[in-house]
Amino acid sequence: MKKLWITLLLAAVASFGLAQTVTIGLTVSKTGKYNVESVNQLNGIKLWQKWINDQGGIPVGDKKYKVELKFYDDESKAERVQQLYSRLISQDKVDFLISPYSSGLTAKAAVISEQYGKIMIATGAASDSIFKLGYENVYQIYTPASRYLTATLDMLKAADPNLKKIAIVYEDSKFAKAVATAAKDYAKKIGFDVALFEGYPPSTTDFGPIINKVKASGAEALVGGGHYADGATFARQLYEQQATLKMIALLVAPASDEFAQLGDAAFGVAAPSQWEPLVKYNPNCGVTPEEFVKMYEEAYGKTPAYRAAGGFAAGLVLQRAIMDAGSIDADKVRAALDKMDLTIFFGKIKFSTDPASHGLQLGHDMVQIQWQKKDGELMKEIVWPLDAKTSDLIYPIR
Amino acid sequence: MIEIVSSILDGLLIGLVYGLASIGLTLIFGVMDVVNLAHGAVISLGMFSLYFFFGAGLHPYLALIPVAIIGFLLGVLIYQIAVRRILDGPPLMTLLATFAVSMIIVGIGTALWSTSPYNVNFKVQTLNIFGYTVTSARLIAALAAVLVTFMLYYFLYRTTLGKAVRAVSNNREAAELMGIPSQQILAISFGIGTALAMLSGALIATLFPFTILSGSIYELKSFVASVLGGLGNPTGALFGGVILGLIEGSVAPFIAISWTNVIEFVIFVLILLFFPTGLLGGRK
Repeated sequence: MKKLWITLLLAAVASFGLAQTVTIGLTVSKTGKYNVESVNQLNGIKLWQKWINDQGGIPVGDKKYKVELKFYDDESKAERVQQLYSRLISQDKVDFLISPYSSGLTAKAAVISEQYGKIMIATGAASDSIFKLGYENVYQIYTPASRYLTATLDMLKAADPNLKKIAIVYEDSKFAKAVATAAKDYAKKIGFDVALFEGYPPSTTDFGPIINKVKASGAEALVGGGHYADGATFARQLYEQQATLKMIALLVAPASDEFAQLGDAAFGVAAPSQWEPLVKYNPNCGVTPEEFVKMYEEAYGKTPAYRAAGGFAAGLVLQRAIMDAGSIDADKVRAALDKMDLTIFFGKIKFSTDPASHGLQLGHDMVQIQWQKKDGELMKEIVWPLDAKTSDLIYPIR
Repeated sequence: MIEIVSSILDGLLIGLVYGLASIGLTLIFGVMDVVNLAHGAVISLGMFSLYFFFGAGLHPYLALIPVAIIGFLLGVLIYQIAVRRILDGPPLMTLLATFAVSMIIVGIGTALWSTSPYNVNFKVQTLNIFGYTVTSARLIAALAAVLVTFMLYYFLYRTTLGKAVRAVSNNREAAELMGIPSQQILAISFGIGTALAMLSGALIATLFPFTILSGSIYELKSFVASVLGGLGNPTGALFGGVILGLIEGSVAPFIAISWTNVIEFVIFVLILLFFPTGLLGGRK
């Protein structure tokens, strides 16, 4: 009889153990200027959660951890981010963190995650500077800003070796400024003359004064931009004010499907993209790009943009680290992340372990897209790198 | 050189639209001493009204008419609910009341439409005049602003009702003694001020994308333009808007765009130092 009780008790403990959960906390910009990007990212994270929970959870030894998400609206505001991440850690007792969208908000969240020693997977944040502060718990999924536009400039050089003058016009935000500054150095290095290098305030809606300056500078190509709202407005006004540029490459905005709403103003505009649904990666972990696209379309009825993929990738990387560590113990997971060298559907993932840039993404690379017309309809095509292209670059566009 | 001229002309055109926005603000202040903090929210509503009328198939410039009518009715409603009873209380009361109205409008707008950008996407012609490129939307918006201002002047100086508005503005008690129903006149004035704000919002929506929060930028510009021209003086407000636009346009070619606001406000403070009642003097 006694034996039976012990067996039953053990069984109960074991079954209880099987149904464990791991809680991941984050904030989402459901309102404010990052609203479109951030909600897309959340969709990706939620899809990962569903995907892994449908398989019973993250396998760790003979146990499986169900994933639970805890998130709040940060209103795209830095001060909300710090309050909410503190709350996630001290009140909600989450096990791991995923960053908010954007470099600015992630930098704020990183301060908190570092104070409490919580691991945070940073997605939707491409700034390098967050990873130059000696943080030990923050890991970057995106290609960092310093390498964001370099491939775009390589592409321009290949398309027109004789072109000299370019303009770099960027949003005065942490991320865009970091990208633009790195692009300026790289442009000079490969022989471009940067005729205009200028920022605009994030709330800009009237780009008239800037477009006049671009025209005055004699630049023949323009790279820059910032986030969605400003980039879409900038592209529209460049078209309306007839700025004759041979190439326009803007950050973030043209990579969104919503960009097609601009109609003719969207034509020819290029953008670096972290990820595209058509990419051909052969992952050694998780889903393939096609599987991800299919799952996403079934769940949300539209094709995923790279931010959604970045969200899914953040979950997947964390999941893989927990599996490799064989535990949800923070030190073990951290060690697994440091050792990680993977190809997932999102591309290569490898983190810097150099103390001066710990957590910086080293493996992942950008693809270049351009809005082109097929049978009169605007389509996003991959035009660079050449071995991954779905169409030739249209050059010059105007 | 042409770029500098372009920049100044662009500034002039957008300045006229700023001017229209600030006339709404200054009219309400001039007639009833209320600083209308719901001004920006109402401008945003004007943007969204245009968006929805356009979505329903109406030409954006025809849609200005129903936008103005809605603006007038909304203004009368805001006056009756939030302003009328506290008009004779301390100034802080009306300030808080209109601020509350602003919070309500922005709150409802955020819930309904989120804070994502909206865009009135209609084909605009681009005109090229001696190397100066301007869109027809910008020209029409500026012309519409001037036209509406003329109509307002005609109303204030040539119609009985308009004269009553001016009478109440000058001395409410004396006007009441002359048999002018001041409560109705005040409601009408608030309605007109709100209609002007909605109209300017609608015109801005034909130029730039907007969110429910966009009005606050133009509210700030309206305050500056009103004070520049002299608070309570509609001509001054239009003039102030033009000055503001011209400052923006003429400093832009020479300094980084991010500095425009700094220069704008430095000039603002200087003008206030030397012309404390604004360039054209206060209420008339």
